[in-house]
Amino acid sequence: MFSPSHFTAVLLFSLCASVVFGITQRETPRRMVRYGAYCFVLFVGSVIVLSWVMYLIAK
Amino acid sequence: MAANENKNTSGEQGFIYLPLIAGWLVPGAGHFLLRKWGRGALLALAILGMFSLGIAMQGEVYTSGSDILHILGLAGDLGNGLLYIASRVLGLGATAVQVTTADYGTRFIVVAGLLNVIAAVDAHNMRTGRKPL
Repeated sequence: MFSPSHFTAVLLFSLCASVVFGITQRETPRRMVRYGAYCFVLFVGSVIVLSWVMYLIAK
Repeated sequence: MAANENKNTSGEQGFIYLPLIAGWLVPGAGHFLLRKWGRGALLALAILGMFSLGIAMQGEVYTSGSDILHILGLAGDLGNGLLYIASRVLGLGATAVQVTTADYGTRFIVVAGLLNVIAAVDAHNMRTGRKPL
């Protein structure tokens, strides 16, 4: 059984979803890569920010 | 006028919904039919990878709609097309979530199905000329 950490799962999820978003939501290869990278950063960045917010609330 | 131009740019004859149906049944197949080999391969890799990771994490494959959350999960799972049927036939995945990673896995399988639907619709849009090839 594959048991990744929460953050590893986030990275894998973000990578796969960003690839699909990039290819399907833009028309030229250059813009696909840029949009895919943008989505990946937003996915991972929002997880990190929300994690800190929840940590500070729980504290 | 613009719609006619778009139809002409697709430049292909035959069943217009074929890329949509093929893309739903097999991830990336809709793009392969349109000779978009690189895009199709990347889509197939991302969707198959996500589905496989979900199965490897012992994610739940929904089999019935006993409540609203299960119905929504089943709808997402059905987006995987033949992968869903194969997982049911081969008995892959778990029937109930017992560990935390299995919960992640369940989401991976559902989202893989939803992403597959997006990819199939993208192939259909290229086939109809709504999106440039």
